[in-house]
Amino acid sequence: MKINVDTPINIGVEHIARVEGHGNIRIRIEDGKLAECTWEVVETPRFFEVMMKGLSIEMAPLLAARICGICSISHALVSARAAEKALKIEIPETAKKVRLLAKHAETLQSHTLHLFFLVAPDLLDTGSVIPLLKTHPQVIEIATNLKGYANKASDLLAGRTSHPIAIKVGGMTQVPRKRQLRYLQDDLESTLPYLWKTLDFFNDLTMPDFVRETEFVSLRGEGDYPFIGGDLLSSDGVHKSEDEYLSMTNEYMVDFSTSKLCKLSRESFAVGALARFNNNYEGLHPKAKEVAEELNLKPETYNPYFHNLAQLIECFHVMYESKDMLAELIDSDNSEYTTSYEVKGGEGVGAIEAPRGILYHYLQIDGSGKIERADCVIPTGQNNANIHFDLQKLVPELASQGVSEEEINKRAQMLVRAYDPCISCSVH
Amino acid sequence: MNYLGIPLEKPKVGVFGFTGCEGCQLQIANKEETLADLLESIEVINFRLISSDKEDGYDIAFVEGSITTDEDAARLRRIRQQAKILIAIGACAGFGGVHNLRERFTLADTVKEVYGTQPVNTGPVRKISDVVSVDIKLPGCPISKSEFEWLVRHIILGLEPKFPQYPVCVECKQRLNACVFDMGMICLGPVTRAGCKAICPRNHLGCWGCRGPADETNYESLVEILGERGFSEQEIAERAHFFNAFNGIDAIPVLEKFGN
Repeated sequence: MKINVDTPINIGVEHIARVEGHGNIRIRIEDGKLAECTWEVVETPRFFEVMMKGLSIEMAPLLAARICGICSISHALVSARAAEKALKIEIPETAKKVRLLAKHAETLQSHTLHLFFLVAPDLLDTGSVIPLLKTHPQVIEIATNLKGYANKASDLLAGRTSHPIAIKVGGMTQVPRKRQLRYLQDDLESTLPYLWKTLDFFNDLTMPDFVRETEFVSLRGEGDYPFIGGDLLSSDGVHKSEDEYLSMTNEYMVDFSTSKLCKLSRESFAVGALARFNNNYEGLHPKAKEVAEELNLKPETYNPYFHNLAQLIECFHVMYESKDMLAELIDSDNSEYTTSYEVKGGEGVGAIEAPRGILYHYLQIDGSGKIERADCVIPTGQNNANIHFDLQKLVPELASQGVSEEEINKRAQMLVRAYDPCISCSVH
Repeated sequence: MNYLGIPLEKPKVGVFGFTGCEGCQLQIANKEETLADLLESIEVINFRLISSDKEDGYDIAFVEGSITTDEDAARLRRIRQQAKILIAIGACAGFGGVHNLRERFTLADTVKEVYGTQPVNTGPVRKISDVVSVDIKLPGCPISKSEFEWLVRHIILGLEPKFPQYPVCVECKQRLNACVFDMGMICLGPVTRAGCKAICPRNHLGCWGCRGPADETNYESLVEILGERGFSEQEIAERAHFFNAFNGIDAIPVLEKFGN
């Protein structure tokens, strides 16, 4: 395609800001051609799969948490799930409920961090959240209240927001007392108004217009919205069981990225809030559906910038579902929250919808309970190829419309940010 | 800003991440109740995780992560040249952290396991003080939000930060926690520096030693008691070397190595 531009365009963003981890954007348009347009992941590799080897299985969730400071609850949960499947044990109902509540707290924490600290500055034309303290104190008030509740809930349910303590193979080390759950219920109730203010705030902002049809991949909820475990579902019609994760991710390597890339039915696919929303709309909490209608967001949305709106809708889902679940937990007998087990050899796959999309952990254990092999497939690793191909469509479109180099730079960065990449995770 | 009528310095701050999970940086952004106050008392001029505005000329550099490439070592040296005070935050920066667990394998085996034959830019795991001089180590995995603010207050007021010399057990007893030893767990609380408010034992998990050694320790006795309670040398080694915070201590068993 010939791109009509008056002057060559040359954009190089080293270590793009307001994303987790290190990545670069390189764009060059010369002689009317897209000479270069890449999303480079330059994070230094960490080798968690190697670190796992030879350790006792009960250490897996604690080590896995250290893959990511933002979604460490997801990593700990999915690692525990892989271990429990390898050991062929079921965890008690109470542990399942507390885990899902902790997962919801993480989703809220991660999404609000992204929406307010990483995305909002672009929409309000500032470099960071810091100037907003003076110019938009009401926005800061909303953000700190929502994040404050999410972190408090994580502390209570999992021991800590980053690198949780209470998630262990077999269940939980402990669960909150009913009195503590009631306090949390009160906190949640008093935080809900800030959630609705968030909707008003984002409703007044405009997301860039851009469409690239892609394959959306998520877990499939069993009549509900997917979070922990389950089959895989793609908008191109692929349906795989949890154990078949390798046939879904098809990891491959390219020379410009230290993150492996993934593909399924076509050159790339997308995971995360928008994929979950598109594939599992029916499972959303009625309040979340109400919000989707107000935002005029329908399943089959192909604008990647709307990932941010899908995150907002999910904030409603997790808050209102948490409200229901807390009430249930306060009424139930929570005395059983861990299952004891005998160490034996085996292998297991765990799947979870981390805030940024499907996360798989695989663990193989020997007869003495040591980890023989581990494999982790990270959501951002799955999204990296989609980000790359989105950029290749976005940049020529904008350039042909005569959009300035500065604005192309900004929209390209906003596109990367829309996916909320967790780069150090993807180069685990 | 004034304190008792005395104008306080508003230090210029940079926050930098190397090989790690960015969880320690996140703690800084995560302190909702006091975030506005914190940002009033310091001037954040370089913090890529939350800001695209960046300047040089910072007085204090908070550095997270371990160092695994020569390029990162060079970037760290440039940060050191600028900063009047360099603070290593977290277990990765302070000790190499969990990344050191891969040092049980050869570098060639490590790369082959994950990347096959594709060459990647990596090297041995180094803590920050292996590359540049470090003024203060703020321990923890992750660092605690309140201890971070405590440290910032000390710097602004020009006071020397004194970390607790005593072990986690002291704080654990102060909180009236049930002893996790008695629940049958390994706990490094007796030898690990306090300051975390015993958050792990509080949540019924034995201490993992992420803050490194306390000033006065009796490793021999700890290892002996753990042995009496039926824990193997490898179990003790796994625990004590998880964050690489108890490296080179004779009484503590070493981790099994592979392929070396």
